[in-house]
Amino acid sequence: MTPVAPVQLLPESRRGLLLGVRGWSVVIGVLAVIAVLIPVLNLAVPADNPLHFGDYGVALVAKIMCYAMCALAMDLIWGYTGILSLGHGLYFALGGYAMGMYLMRQIGHDGNYRSDLPDFMVFLDWKALPWTWAGSASFVFQMILVVAVPALVSGVFGWFAFRSRIKGVYFSIITQALTFAGMLLFFRNETGFGGNNGFTDFKRILGISIAAPSTRMVLFVLTGLTLVAFYLLARAIVNSKYGRVLQAIRDAESRVMFTGYDPLKYKLSIWVLSAVMCGIAGALYVPQVGIINPSEMSPAASIEMAIWAAVGGRGTLVGPIVGAFFVNGAKSWFTQAFPEFWLYFLGALFIAVTLFLPRGIMGIKDRLKKEKGVEVKA
Amino acid sequence: MTPDLQEAGAATLERHHQQAAAPSSAGGASFGRLMHASEPDFAHGVALYLDEISVSFDGFKALNSLSLAIDVGEMRCIIGPNGAGKTTMMDVITGKTRPDSGHAHFGSNIDLLRLREPQIVRAGICRKFQKPTVYEELSVFENLELALQNDRGVRAALFARLSGTQRERIAEILQLVHLLPESHRIAGLLSHGQKQWLEIGMLLAQEPVLLLLDEPVAGMTDEETERTAELFLTLVGKHSLVVVEHDMKFVDMLTQGHRKVTVLHEGSVLAEGTLAEVQSNTQVIDVYLGR
Repeated sequence: MTPVAPVQLLPESRRGLLLGVRGWSVVIGVLAVIAVLIPVLNLAVPADNPLHFGDYGVALVAKIMCYAMCALAMDLIWGYTGILSLGHGLYFALGGYAMGMYLMRQIGHDGNYRSDLPDFMVFLDWKALPWTWAGSASFVFQMILVVAVPALVSGVFGWFAFRSRIKGVYFSIITQALTFAGMLLFFRNETGFGGNNGFTDFKRILGISIAAPSTRMVLFVLTGLTLVAFYLLARAIVNSKYGRVLQAIRDAESRVMFTGYDPLKYKLSIWVLSAVMCGIAGALYVPQVGIINPSEMSPAASIEMAIWAAVGGRGTLVGPIVGAFFVNGAKSWFTQAFPEFWLYFLGALFIAVTLFLPRGIMGIKDRLKKEKGVEVKA
Repeated sequence: MTPDLQEAGAATLERHHQQAAAPSSAGGASFGRLMHASEPDFAHGVALYLDEISVSFDGFKALNSLSLAIDVGEMRCIIGPNGAGKTTMMDVITGKTRPDSGHAHFGSNIDLLRLREPQIVRAGICRKFQKPTVYEELSVFENLELALQNDRGVRAALFARLSGTQRERIAEILQLVHLLPESHRIAGLLSHGQKQWLEIGMLLAQEPVLLLLDEPVAGMTDEETERTAELFLTLVGKHSLVVVEHDMKFVDMLTQGHRKVTVLHEGSVLAEGTLAEVQSNTQVIDVYLGR
C-alpha cells in the first residue's frame, strides 16, 4: 500500500458552473426564443404571414410552461427525494386563488352588477368583503400570499407527516386526501372564494387591460423567465451536497439517519420549496388562462403532474419539463382531433412508459448512449 | 476579555481535549479535566456499558437482563445462535429499540436511552447493517462525502464545498477499503463485497469511537473476508469495535487467539473468554457449537 493516495483520481466537484457549454447554450437559446423570437413573431409579424405565431399558440405555450414548473417541483420531491406527492395541485390552486383574488378586485365597478364587491358576492347577497379578502386590493400583499399560503399549508402538513415517519404509498394517499378536502372546501359558497365557479372575467392587472396583446406577451415572457430560473435553481440544489443528501434519503433513509443527518429537516425544506414553486406557477397560470376554480384541486389534476414527471423521466430535471410539453401538447392536439379518445391515450401512454421506458423520455437518450458503449448512471 | 487571554484559554482547552482524547490516559480520576455535558467521557477506559437490559416483544424476551462492557479501543466479537438477541442489542445501542428496563451508557456520562438515533450517531456510535446499505445512485466518492464528519444542518449542506483536507481524507479511506479505482463508479454497480467495504468506509469517515458491525463479511468471498479481517485489525486501538459474526474462521482471524469473545444465548451472556475457551465450554457446546 502506498502511503500517498493519488488525489487526482478523484472526481472533480460537480458544483461551480452548474451546466456545461452545451447546457448553457441550450438555456440561452430557450431564453432567446421565449423573450425575443416568440414576441417578435406574435406582435411584429402580421397575422397573414405564415411565420406569424398566433395568440392561441402563445396561450398554449404559456399554460404548458406553468405546468412544466409543477413537473419540475414534482421531480425535486419525487425524482430526487423519493416522496411521491399526489396532491401538489392543492398548492398550484392556492397560488392561483391568491392571484385570482387580486384580479377580482381589479375588476372594480365593471362587473355585471356594477358593484364594488366581486359579482359572486353580490349574487350571494353579501354586504361586505369577508376577512380573508382584507388585503386583496394590494398587489404586493397578494403576491406575498402566493408564496406564504402554499408554504404554510405544506409546512404544517409536512412537519406532522414527516415527523410521524409516514412513508411510501401511505404518504401519497394522505396528500391525495388533503387536496380532495381542499377541493370540497373551495366548492362551498360559504368559504368565500366563488364556490364551484371560482374566479373569472378578469379585466385588468395593475390597472392595465389583461386582454391587450402586449400584456399577454409580458406575462408570457415572465412565465418563461420564471421557468428557466426555477430550472437553474433546481439544478443548483440537486448539484449541492444538500441535493446529494436528498438522493441519499431516496436510496437509503435509514443509513442517512445513522450517519447523523436528521431526514425531517431535509424532507420538509424540499417539500415546502416544491409547494412554493407550484404556488408561483398557479399565480402565473391564472391571469393567462383567465379562470381558476376548485377543479384544479381535484385528485386527477395532481395525478397528471406525476404523469408529466414520469413520462419525461424522473431525476433528470429536464425530463419533467419535456414530459409536461409532450403530454400537454398531445392533449391539446388529441382533444381537438379525437376528443373521446384522449383519456384512453393518456392511460396507454402511462402504461407504455412504465413498461418500456422506466426512465421516461430522457431514458431513450441514455439507452442510445449505452449502445455506443458509454457507461451511464444506473 | 483581552485577545491574549482568550488565546491562552483556547490553548488550555485544546490541551485538555488532547489529554481526554488519548486512550492511554485511561484510569485514575484525572482531576482538573474540562468536561462538556454533550461529549462522552472515556477516562475510565470503558466505551460502552450495558447494564441489565431487557427487551420483550409480545412476551418473547429478546434480551434478558443483558450486561456487557466494551473497553476503549477493544475489539469484541459476539457470537450466538439465531435469536440470541445480537441484532436487538445493536438496536438498543443505536436508539432504534427502547428497552423495557436497564441502563445503557456511552463513556461514563452519556445515557444512550435518552438520545434519538441521529444524536447517538453524532456522539460517536456508528452501525453497519446486516444488508449492505449504501446510496445506490450516488458515486462511491459521493457516498463517502456524505459520511464525512461535518455539520449535518440543511444550510451548511446547501453551501458545502469539499476542502483539500477532506478530499485527501476521502482518498485515504478509499485506499483503506480498496475502492480507490472505483471512486467514480455508481455504488449500485459494485459487487456485494465491495458494497460491504463501502459501508465500512462510510462508517470510518464519521470517525466514530465505537463501531457496531452486524455480520460484516456476509456474502463475501474467502479472499474478501481475509482482507476485511486485516482491515479491522488495523482499526483496533483507534476505535472500539463490536463485531457480530457467525463465521468462526473470521472470528478466529480477528481474535488471534487472545481477544475476548462473548457468547449470547436467549438474550443474555452465556460465556466470555478467548475463542478456544468458549469453544471448550460445555454449556456453549450444548446450545451452540454442538448443535
